[in-house]
Amino acid sequence: MSSIPSNLKYLDSHEWARVESDGTVTIGISDHAQGALGDLVFVEVPEVGRALTKGGAAAVVESVKAASDVYSPVSGQVIANNSEALSATPELVNSDPYGQGWLFKVKPSNSGELSSLLDAKAYEKVVEEAGH
Amino acid sequence: MPFIPHTETDVREMLAAIGAPSIDALFEEIPAALRIKSLDGIPEALTEMETGRLMQQRASRDGRPLNFLGAGAYEHHIPAAVWAIVTRGEFYSAYTPYQAEASQGTLQLLYEYQSMMASLTAMQVSNASLYDGASALAEACLMAVRAHRKSKSARILVPAAVNPTYLEVARAITEGQNLKFDVLPYDAPSGTLGTSSLDAYKGQDITAVVVQQPNFFGLLEDVDAITDWAAANNALLIAVVNPLSLALLKPPGEWGTKGADIVVGDGQPFGVPLSSGGPYFGFMTTKLEHVRQMPGRIIGRTVDLDGKPGFTLTLQAREQHIRRSKATSNICTNQGLLVTAATIHMSLLGSAGLEKVAAASQTQTSALVAALTRIKGVKLAFSGPRFHEAVLQLDRKVSDVLDALAKRGIVGGYDLSRQYPDLGNALLVCATETRTDEDIAQYAKILGEVLK
Repeated sequence: MSSIPSNLKYLDSHEWARVESDGTVTIGISDHAQGALGDLVFVEVPEVGRALTKGGAAAVVESVKAASDVYSPVSGQVIANNSEALSATPELVNSDPYGQGWLFKVKPSNSGELSSLLDAKAYEKVVEEAGH
Repeated sequence: MPFIPHTETDVREMLAAIGAPSIDALFEEIPAALRIKSLDGIPEALTEMETGRLMQQRASRDGRPLNFLGAGAYEHHIPAAVWAIVTRGEFYSAYTPYQAEASQGTLQLLYEYQSMMASLTAMQVSNASLYDGASALAEACLMAVRAHRKSKSARILVPAAVNPTYLEVARAITEGQNLKFDVLPYDAPSGTLGTSSLDAYKGQDITAVVVQQPNFFGLLEDVDAITDWAAANNALLIAVVNPLSLALLKPPGEWGTKGADIVVGDGQPFGVPLSSGGPYFGFMTTKLEHVRQMPGRIIGRTVDLDGKPGFTLTLQAREQHIRRSKATSNICTNQGLLVTAATIHMSLLGSAGLEKVAAASQTQTSALVAALTRIKGVKLAFSGPRFHEAVLQLDRKVSDVLDALAKRGIVGGYDLSRQYPDLGNALLVCATETRTDEDIAQYAKILGEVLK
């Protein structure tokens, strides 16, 4: 069973979002997603300053067997990315998907979008159904 | 023998199994307006006998002229062993076998090809080939736009002395993808790009600068200065090179302080006959940091479970079978057979052999220029350093002179006046190692008579 922290929000396409105390949102892919992809060999994160829209392709994760788009759970501007760590050690996404394996941070332009994201319980259901 | 393995019964049964009424029905999601009903201009299929006859007729129309035409495709000696080996059954397939477990020989050959091209251009990685030099430039421009994520302009600076056909093809292939090509004039006295033309773009968002070495006039550009200009102005540098010239000239990976970012060109000088214009093959090499944006297949060397070395396709997540519409391109290794020839050609000649071919071509071109410019009405257009091609200025219309030469069995060169009217009656000539001193004397004699 993969880990699904209860303090995060999720998309059914397996991204997580954490609202920080300053209102910015940190984004990554879930433990389930990293497990399904297998060993990551490359991560492409969005440039700082890029404007993202909710549900739009923002990053790419490439494993030994597949490459997938990562969608942004919120609209807004990219204020930081984890390219420095991930370009040398993309496997951080495998070993610590909710911590050191974060992908990028967004300053949301519409905080109302956050309420439409899945909570841990709803996402757990998505993962369970994907397993059937 | 037909190469389509399905019988009509097979097709009927497969359609029935998936519940589709016809093959056309499988393509229904493509709007009718976008579908081509018939291919006008494509003739009915010919039999092998008819095709053979037609090809013989066309080849005999070309004849066996004494050739002084270069302009992107060059008549070099091809050792007889090259095509004797290429046509062995083990190699004689135009297509890359995907199965590593069944195709180690072909994959090893492609890996060696990539190693040779990376070494020749002093770059870190090579793909397993592209269609030709012109489409390779188009792919390099698209790749630069993907790789240079900080640049938003998709604007590419291209000197006018880049092969004009390459630029035309690059424009055609990238049409609809919002690339902007700005053509920079060459300096009239030198025929090369001055950094002053580049300086007009200082401080602007430029995605990439293209430079061809030697340029279309055979002249050597100041590639170090141009590469440094690109780096200083945050643009990627795309090098277009004649691979043979790299046996003598500084490789693009060593240009300026940072080297070129992407290197492309036509591999025809390595073992590929002129064949009335093709097929040839394109090559592309790049820095490791850009490899994920590189189009085409890449073969890697690895070890199997027992630790034994082996070869396999690598970095496939760039490709269409995984990335679909977001793939770096739809290029595969169509030109595999020509790459096989080039690899065998390079391995037979070795670096010392390639250097001799390049030096002999250079010597013969100098002899050609000396012989032709002794004729009244013929002048050398540019005096700067060059590689095995030169621009001559004639005292009359070039096409008339070329027609008169052709009647006497000589292909006299490339008429530049259509694409470069400002050069006047300009003729681009070339002599490779295959042109003897007698050939050159023969050309000079006949040209003297034509211009009398």
